[in-house]
Amino acid sequence: MNYYTDNPSLKHHLHHPSMKRIVELKERGFADKDKYDYAPQDFEDAMDSYEKVLEIVGEIAGETIAPNAEGVDHEGPSVANGRVTYASGTQENLKAVREAGLMGISMPRRYNGLNFPIVPYIMAAEIVSRADAGFENLWGLQDCAETLYEFGNEDQRQRFLPRICAGETMSMDLTEPDAGSDLQSVMLKATYNEADGHWYLNGVKRFITNGDADVHLVLARSEEGTRDGRGLSMFIYDKRNGGVNVRRIENKMGIKGSPTCELVFKNAKAELCGDRKLGLIKYVMALMNGARLGIMAQAVGLSEAACREADAYAQDRKQFGKAIEKFPAIYEMLTLMRAKADASRSMLYETCRFVDIYKALDDISKERKLTPEERQELKKYSKLADAFTPLGKGMTTEYANQNAYDAIQVHGGSGFMKDYACERIYRDARITNIYEGTTQLQVVAAIRHVTTGTYLNQLNEYDKIEYKEELQPLHARLQAMTSKYATLVEKVTSTKDNEYIDFHARRLVEAAAHCVFGYLLLQDANVDDSYRRSAEVYVRYGEAEIDKIHTFIEKFSPKDLDLYRH
Amino acid sequence: MQTKNPISIKMSLKIIVLAKQVPDTRNVGKDAMKEDGTVNRAALPAIFNPEDLNALEQALRLNDAHPGSTVTLLTMGPGRAAEIIREGLYRGADNGYLLSDRAFAGADTLATSYALSTAIKKINDYDIIIGGRQAIDGDTAQVGPQVAEKLGLSQITYAEEVLNVDETARKVTVKRHIDGGVETVEGPLPIVITVNGSAAPCRPRNAKLIQKYKYALGKQEKNGELKHADLYAARPYLNIQEWTVADIDGDLKQCGLSGSPTKVKTVQNIVFQAKESKTLTGSDADIENLIVELLTNHTIG
Repeated sequence: MNYYTDNPSLKHHLHHPSMKRIVELKERGFADKDKYDYAPQDFEDAMDSYEKVLEIVGEIAGETIAPNAEGVDHEGPSVANGRVTYASGTQENLKAVREAGLMGISMPRRYNGLNFPIVPYIMAAEIVSRADAGFENLWGLQDCAETLYEFGNEDQRQRFLPRICAGETMSMDLTEPDAGSDLQSVMLKATYNEADGHWYLNGVKRFITNGDADVHLVLARSEEGTRDGRGLSMFIYDKRNGGVNVRRIENKMGIKGSPTCELVFKNAKAELCGDRKLGLIKYVMALMNGARLGIMAQAVGLSEAACREADAYAQDRKQFGKAIEKFPAIYEMLTLMRAKADASRSMLYETCRFVDIYKALDDISKERKLTPEERQELKKYSKLADAFTPLGKGMTTEYANQNAYDAIQVHGGSGFMKDYACERIYRDARITNIYEGTTQLQVVAAIRHVTTGTYLNQLNEYDKIEYKEELQPLHARLQAMTSKYATLVEKVTSTKDNEYIDFHARRLVEAAAHCVFGYLLLQDANVDDSYRRSAEVYVRYGEAEIDKIHTFIEKFSPKDLDLYRH
Repeated sequence: MQTKNPISIKMSLKIIVLAKQVPDTRNVGKDAMKEDGTVNRAALPAIFNPEDLNALEQALRLNDAHPGSTVTLLTMGPGRAAEIIREGLYRGADNGYLLSDRAFAGADTLATSYALSTAIKKINDYDIIIGGRQAIDGDTAQVGPQVAEKLGLSQITYAEEVLNVDETARKVTVKRHIDGGVETVEGPLPIVITVNGSAAPCRPRNAKLIQKYKYALGKQEKNGELKHADLYAARPYLNIQEWTVADIDGDLKQCGLSGSPTKVKTVQNIVFQAKESKTLTGSDADIENLIVELLTNHTIG
């Protein structure tokens, strides 16, 4: 089994026309080609390399990670003497991805990375997640290297990044018992020792994924006496220095292979990453945006896995003399699951492309002054990435849950048993719409772009694309959906009542998402007929959802809030 | 054959991996055989012989444990068998040779081991020659042992793991698979080892190496217009070395068909023609009848 080659959708998204620009920016005119024997010669060569590496990822996912998933879920990691031991399957998985050189995928070559854009990197994350979402957490934490690269100094980059590229793991130590969604309340104390010129960390962190990692990024309070986000800085803790122990690991509902740790910092020597006081307000925000993309990938992988499990069962299972996939009640579920998975994937890679362009330009801006056109481009894509990340994270993780739920429903009683993978997918999916910001918090981030019109402007851009004749009816329906969305936004925002706007925010964000997802699938169908069905099905679904939202808001008066207030 | 000073202290190993490109007989479709009873190679994908991959992994592990070692692949086949060398390079092998010549064609195990051992003599410097137990197209398990005999070397067959190479004593310790268990044996270097399918699976292709070597081609593959043609002069490692009979100073009479005493007497074409299904109940009688039936038609037992 190869999870890359058996899913043609991945190739479709990898070969989006924007890749030309992305690769050109990321490769700086292919300047590395004579310096590194594995650097691409030109655009086609780079794309070919992405595919070849994704084939490796697909093979490891299909042949190693997926077969290990059940055992890892059952065995889980353990903790003794302050150190974590991974489940045996997890150890095999890590060995395989290290041997294949799949750590540090997006890092520049001068630190031994592969210098891949976000699109193929996140594609690898999706492939891994389809095999085992819990393992994606360990592998995907290489994201932290991105933050270390962006904000660390050159000395730190040279010391830490080659280690990550060689396969050492990372963690981001943010949350504490009293600081979950509200990271401003972080209390872990960072003290500067004048005598030896080092920082020392003291306190407790909780819910830390892969908390026994080799290299940690730690959010800590460096400014004594402060209470808000401006007193927090980011630190790098190297496990080789010691001082951090794992007190316990959580017994979780899902992603059981990924150890979630409570950490005790006792005079743990650490070094400052970037500038003091920018820990939360700048670095963690960047870190979280990257991590949210990773969770979207996890959600898409889970959605895909749920679809495949349900399809296979419904083809195989016979009742009343025929395969259950032939019954309308079942096939509607299956087709809608597929449409949601396809829409989620289109959203994921559209967002990745936005992130790729702005990040590459941002990186270039450290080497030279950008041209005015490039500055415009940077601004445009940075804003789109900022708008699409929470919209995508919020919606795709909800869809992953819905697909996992429906996958069990298709299995009937068998799905409730441990015999089928769908129950694990269901438990694994449940965290995706919670961590790295709950859906409710994604809505808080996304509503700004509803009220300021970022989504509407982008929908208008999608509207200008020329669509094939046979897609015109669908295009017309999307235009109608979009204008209904615009009316709703106007109606709600014109009240200028913040509580009222917050109350309807989730509905408005979802309405925006239905339009965006519909247009993305329309574009997919425009280049590849095999997306026609998902486009048709999704638009019908999204259209009805928008009508539902429309009815609710139309009939809702501001004083109805009293019915809900606590 | 070459002689080695038994007390010389070496810091690295020279390892030759014998590997074969085979038709994938594990997934046989209905067109797998031709009318005349020979394998229809066009219908079956060409793959790296599975147990040769197990052997490659043992070689790469030795390479990891003994830095500075070299892993060289040696294969025989048509031009497209250069793929075997590339697959090795993608996983960490250092180089490889493809024995390719019309005169090698039609070789049985004797002619094959003659060709391989002659090529190994040409390579000259080696400590360990390691290959899979057998290839899935012939299932003879003869080539490894015959190569050892022709080179006058010791051999350890059915290996599951090379446990240790003592470079000072020039001794290798190997765990080998035997009926009903395993045994650990020692042998002197240089030595031929054949590896069993129960050994560790081969590591995956490496992301950097696949990018480095993806354009590597053998001479016969370099026809028509080449992508990035200028690279082949600048990067010698992209040119996979091919050897003909003459290149290895081989005796034509001992190569290929003329060097193959094996003659096929008859070929039986077995066609599975199961058309109906049989429904069994859980009763003891049904199970017993099934066992008797399977024993009678030699499906089991």
